[in-house]
Amino acid sequence: MAFWSAILLPLLICLLIFSGFLSKGDHGAHTSGVALWIEFSGLILAIMGSFILPMLIIFIAYSVNNIEHRADTWKSLFSLPISKLSVYAAKYFYALFLTFLCLALFVLFTLGFGNLLSVIKPSLRFSEYHIEGLLTRVYLKLFLSSLGILSIQFLLSLLFRDFLKPMGIGFICAITGDIIANNWKYSYLFPYSHPFLAIQALLNGKNAAIGPDGVPQITVDFFTKDIAVSLIVATIVFIAGYFIVLKKSVK
Amino acid sequence: MVIATDNLTFNFGDQTVVKSLSLQVPEGSIYGFLGPNGAGKTTTIKLLMNLLKTQQGSIHIFDLELKSNRVKILSQIGSLIEQPAIYLHMSGRENLLNRALLLQVPESRVEEMLNLVHLTNAAHKKAGQYSLGMKQRLGIALALLSDPKLLILDEPTNGLDPNGIIEIRELLIKLVTKHNKTVFISSHLLGEIERMATHVGIINNGELLFQGSISELQTLSQPLIQVETDNTVDAANLLTRNNYEVTEVTDNYFYVPYASKKQMGEMNALLNKNDYAVYSISKQQKDLEKLFLDITQTA
Repeated sequence: MAFWSAILLPLLICLLIFSGFLSKGDHGAHTSGVALWIEFSGLILAIMGSFILPMLIIFIAYSVNNIEHRADTWKSLFSLPISKLSVYAAKYFYALFLTFLCLALFVLFTLGFGNLLSVIKPSLRFSEYHIEGLLTRVYLKLFLSSLGILSIQFLLSLLFRDFLKPMGIGFICAITGDIIANNWKYSYLFPYSHPFLAIQALLNGKNAAIGPDGVPQITVDFFTKDIAVSLIVATIVFIAGYFIVLKKSVK
Repeated sequence: MVIATDNLTFNFGDQTVVKSLSLQVPEGSIYGFLGPNGAGKTTTIKLLMNLLKTQQGSIHIFDLELKSNRVKILSQIGSLIEQPAIYLHMSGRENLLNRALLLQVPESRVEEMLNLVHLTNAAHKKAGQYSLGMKQRLGIALALLSDPKLLILDEPTNGLDPNGIIEIRELLIKLVTKHNKTVFISSHLLGEIERMATHVGIINNGELLFQGSISELQTLSQPLIQVETDNTVDAANLLTRNNYEVTEVTDNYFYVPYASKKQMGEMNALLNKNDYAVYSISKQQKDLEKLFLDITQTA
């Protein structure tokens, strides 16, 4: 289920924005290629990064663990001649892979639908600008910024059998993260704010300095405080989670 | 000894579930682990599988300490704990293939196992649609998949019909006699254990009440003769005067320990000769409850 949601979600959102652009007709005909791309991918990013991404991660972390909770297979997994670290790490990296897959598909679909738009409606000058490199960097940053949430949610879902606890905690944290991201200078310390902080690079792209060729120079800075915090949190929670699994009794 | 525990004790909160348990399971045995529901059987099994952490005492399996040799020991154990753990959204075969992949067992074992537990025809069906007995059989197939030396089965015949129970029983006996495996099987049914076990451990309230071979148990669970007459008390007195040992007298019946068929006939003749009308006279196996009482009283 997590696998399909990781594939369908980017498809669905990109398709929605695509049809939005398509129906608006020639509205954007006079906009430059750069601005068009930024508007197009920015819309997708805004929906994604602010709220959907944390929720998707919560869901992925939940699904990967719930499959064992539901079938009551933790006990049989842990009674196999496989080290507990392998079981734990394999689960974690699968969740990590799903998150990565989902974001990679977002890049692909954004580019794909953008180019499709320029074919269907040549008046939209998407072909003027190539956003591939920038978009990949933004999503890579988004991926890095989501690792903190993933680790926390993964551990919560591992520990709690029911849907409500990890989901509820994650939901409240995601909302809190959104609210404080812009209003609190220490929001970079809170993992659930990281995706929001990460995408601001592109969302603020319209105000970026204009380069010599008339194209805004948008740079994606990977070495920000929030990314550092995200990676540190991910590592610490991952290691702590392993020791919890090691100590935990399987009921 | 394949399994040897020493003074194993386990608490859930302030409740002691397993009390200084010292199990001795010899190689090549079918060890019946007998006890009523809630006696601590599953907890003990989970301790043996290292699913619960040992709080006090020690566990040795294949003469290796469990905690420090976890993976090595588990690689030689197949287990079925409580209801079988099966992915319900996958078919029976997929469940086995998935496990074969994890254990690096050749795929051909999967078909063998399906055949063994008679699930070949239902192999493609989603396990969610399986009946309780089919799930149980799939669980046993999963336990046997890696061809382990030791099988630990927690109430494996739960939910099986009589045919299924007989099949499992024969399978386990075959595994032990022909393939030199050791089986540790828990149950709350004495009759089931008596039919296949070579060794028995009886647990109640977390305490091991009896441990020994099946013949030792049989001397304990001596059958009784149940007699129904028109005048229970007088008839019982008559028998006592004739050197029979009457163990229990109730309103309708009295009981005499069973020795032989001949003794039963003589008793019947004696009662008839003294004008007691014998309505029924039959040999009765002691049920587990009585056995428990006997064991606890003698202990």
